[in-house]
Amino acid sequence: MATKIKVKVNGKTYSHEVEPRTLLVQYLRDVLGLTGTHVGCDTSNCGACTILVDGKAVKSCTMLAVQAHGSEVKTIEGMADNGALHPLQEGFREEHGLQCGFCTPGMIMASADLLSRNSNPSEQEIREALEGNFCRCTGYHNIVKSVQHAAKKINQKEKVAS
Amino acid sequence: MTNYIGKAVKRVEDKRFITGKGRYTDDIVLPAMAHAYIVRSPYAHARIISVDTSAAEAMEGVIKVFTGKDIAASGINGIPTGWQVNFKNGETMKEPPHPLLVADKARYMGDAVAVVIAETKEIARDAGDIVEVEYEELPAVADAKKATEPGAPLVHDDAPNNLCFDWELGNPKAEVNEAMSKAHHITTLEFTNQRVIPNAIEPRSAIGHYEEANDKYTLYTTSQNPHLTRLLMCAFVLGIPEHKVRVVAPDVGGGFGSKIFHYAEEALMIWCSQRLKRPVKWTADRSEAFMTDAHGRDHVTKAEMGFDKEGKIVGLRVKTYANLGAYLSTFAPCVPTWLHGTLLQGLYTTPKINVDVTGVFTHTVMVDAYRGAGRPEATYLLERLIDTAALEMKMDPAQLRLKNFIPPFDGVKQPGYQTQVALQYDSGNYHGVLNRAMEMVGYEQFRKEQEAARKEGKLLGIGFSTYIEACGIAPSAVVGALGARAGLYEVGQVRVQPTGKVSVYTGAHSHGQGHETTFAQVVADRLGIPMDDVEIIHGDSESVAFGMGTYGSRSLAVGGSAIVKSLDKIIEKGAKIAAHKLEASEEDLEFAEGKWTVKGTDKSVGFGDVALTAYVPHNYPAGLEPGLDFSSFYDPANFTYPFGAHIAVVEVDKDTGKVALKRFIAVDDVGNVINPMIVDGQIHGGLAQGIGQALFEGALYDDNGQLINGSYMDYTMPRADDLPSFELDRQVTPCPHNPLGVKGAGEAGTIGSTPAVVNAVMDALSPFGIKNLEMPLTPERVWRAMNS
Repeated sequence: MATKIKVKVNGKTYSHEVEPRTLLVQYLRDVLGLTGTHVGCDTSNCGACTILVDGKAVKSCTMLAVQAHGSEVKTIEGMADNGALHPLQEGFREEHGLQCGFCTPGMIMASADLLSRNSNPSEQEIREALEGNFCRCTGYHNIVKSVQHAAKKINQKEKVAS
Repeated sequence: MTNYIGKAVKRVEDKRFITGKGRYTDDIVLPAMAHAYIVRSPYAHARIISVDTSAAEAMEGVIKVFTGKDIAASGINGIPTGWQVNFKNGETMKEPPHPLLVADKARYMGDAVAVVIAETKEIARDAGDIVEVEYEELPAVADAKKATEPGAPLVHDDAPNNLCFDWELGNPKAEVNEAMSKAHHITTLEFTNQRVIPNAIEPRSAIGHYEEANDKYTLYTTSQNPHLTRLLMCAFVLGIPEHKVRVVAPDVGGGFGSKIFHYAEEALMIWCSQRLKRPVKWTADRSEAFMTDAHGRDHVTKAEMGFDKEGKIVGLRVKTYANLGAYLSTFAPCVPTWLHGTLLQGLYTTPKINVDVTGVFTHTVMVDAYRGAGRPEATYLLERLIDTAALEMKMDPAQLRLKNFIPPFDGVKQPGYQTQVALQYDSGNYHGVLNRAMEMVGYEQFRKEQEAARKEGKLLGIGFSTYIEACGIAPSAVVGALGARAGLYEVGQVRVQPTGKVSVYTGAHSHGQGHETTFAQVVADRLGIPMDDVEIIHGDSESVAFGMGTYGSRSLAVGGSAIVKSLDKIIEKGAKIAAHKLEASEEDLEFAEGKWTVKGTDKSVGFGDVALTAYVPHNYPAGLEPGLDFSSFYDPANFTYPFGAHIAVVEVDKDTGKVALKRFIAVDDVGNVINPMIVDGQIHGGLAQGIGQALFEGALYDDNGQLINGSYMDYTMPRADDLPSFELDRQVTPCPHNPLGVKGAGEAGTIGSTPAVVNAVMDALSPFGIKNLEMPLTPERVWRAMNS
């Protein structure tokens, strides 16, 4: 009944036997104890469980754990680099892009996907990119600013690097 | 000097949230924890003929199934309500029992019938699917007004006509009728302030943990007020001594009112854990949240406002049917009455007001406080009336408001304003906020643009809303006289550690409001120490002595004031120790920037030094107790009254009826501000929810009492691309009766924004002769109105 999977999560490889019906989000939360990824709905509409699978934003409730076999997964817990916050994490703090914090991991991961495709998004592009993620606290106003903050920071870093 | 107050200090709580280290109830895993799934009625009204649990109990991994009969046999009580509103004739309100699991009848779709406890959540759910419940479906009623009509199906046999209470406030009806009969113009609106669903993104969750060895219970729960939950659960439902129960509300993912109330699932998890001697966790999925979290609003209202020839308001008459749902939730009776009727003075000098409210049971989810709670309904009513009246009387809606505003008063030199509906406003300057908002929107210029746009066939509209709210609930004696069954003070303990570091315990609870930052700013400034030396602790009944929790924008005004009281005691006692150390008299000392100095000298002793001395009292004032640790209860002298002016600018698409919100301006006066970044954030979020009600949201029940849009697939909430960036400004009129001068900011955005948006759409649609449409203003509704 159980199926063996091998997944790389936040740089570490895990092997587990999972039930075929186990959702990726359940695997992350219940098996790996990575509770930073949240569940806010049962219809794949809220985006709280958004993570990166092979670099692309995925709502981890829309994917079975077995489908992640052989993939590279990144969750909110893997965003900071040796204790140095990711620019998006910094952006959300600097611009007060979170209140209760429940949607925040999903917002950050969805924003990471956006910035990987478009390093200098307009306000409208940010709003459209995050339209799969509900926030009930911020009215999205400061989330937009947080993403802009991060984009600026990443671009500055890249400029310096080049 | 202040180092922190008034500054946009970044939040100290953020680090755990942005790194995925928040700890919400569903994240908690206890050893040997079992999982619960609740079997719920698919019918709004049904007799329960039988419940067969045998197949479910035979399933591998199932520990136990309990039904309503087990609950009834155990002799425990149902969920109580915390507020009593009687009938006008003095009869006690109807307060039907609300058992944790029903045995005889289901009274709303979602009513709990049985609970399955299993080794995993999946097994519990699988087993729940094969609990066989035989129902006899009965006719149901979901609409409050229809529920009062003769022949309507009864929710409770002992509540005739489904009436819970009827209630009246203000001037006698005859006086108001007399004033209205002399009016030059009367504007009448009949509308539904539709039911909305709070939808905190974290679904509710509860873990009951009974430890037999020491006969102790712990409840982890998604609560805005763990102490109140403990009190209600222990004293009224389960009959467990309170000192044996610890309630923890860890990180909570938003509440907006819906997590104030004591819910059946909380007591049920404790009860199950006690029976099974294992921790038991229940977490709602979203569909379950839709049909079990208390909903908000749901008023059916007729409102009439009379004006004289010059446009001065001469009277207001209001009749509302308030839907309470199937059972009474914790604050349900208070919301449509004392939190709604009392706000109908608004910002206006209306001389005669009468409001009449009928509280009604229906076969729907409980209705209780949702962000604003009663005040958004009052504001919607008033502000829609004013804009409609302006249209009817061909007056400018802004000028009509300015003409009727209560003149400025600070509550110190000028007295507070006594309304016709029981309240005394603390301080206000209503012209200031509206004038500023008009300046920001460029009002005269906008009207010109609107005129030009209309010629090109474009439908631009502008809408106003000027609101007041009553926050900082509340003086205990006052609310007690009004039917509250609890006091509404707050508790704040300040424990100075021997090293001068400070632990602060507050009965307020943060579920997004940022108390760990704001409260620390207050403490650090008052004591003259770095914020890093201050830790705010909340949400655990074991560490925090007591508390009434967070709702009604009360945390800083009431909870912050309790902390200030304790800080004053700390400084007072510290002065005695400092005087002893400095060999000076207390009167010669001044306390500033974290040290006591002998006035006019450079002789001083620091806060840390005094703290250490308090705990190592070798050389110490005679007769003074060691230690530096004070707890205070703060019971406010009055409510606080924030106010503001909101302006919405919309464009309606003629072809599709879609409303685009182009601009939203909010000028709010919430009194003094400790952290402007956090206050702005509160306003933003409030605006989004109020705009949500105007344009997108609304619970839909069909005639059988089925909630037909109970999921995120079906219930529309604002998404990032539905909203503009908001334009905010602030005016500061301090609260005269609390030590921080603060009024509260949590609900302002929601209260003010809804009517501004609807007024803007009506303004845009005025060329069609459309005066009133029901919310939410969906494209379909707007399109149909334009094309009928």
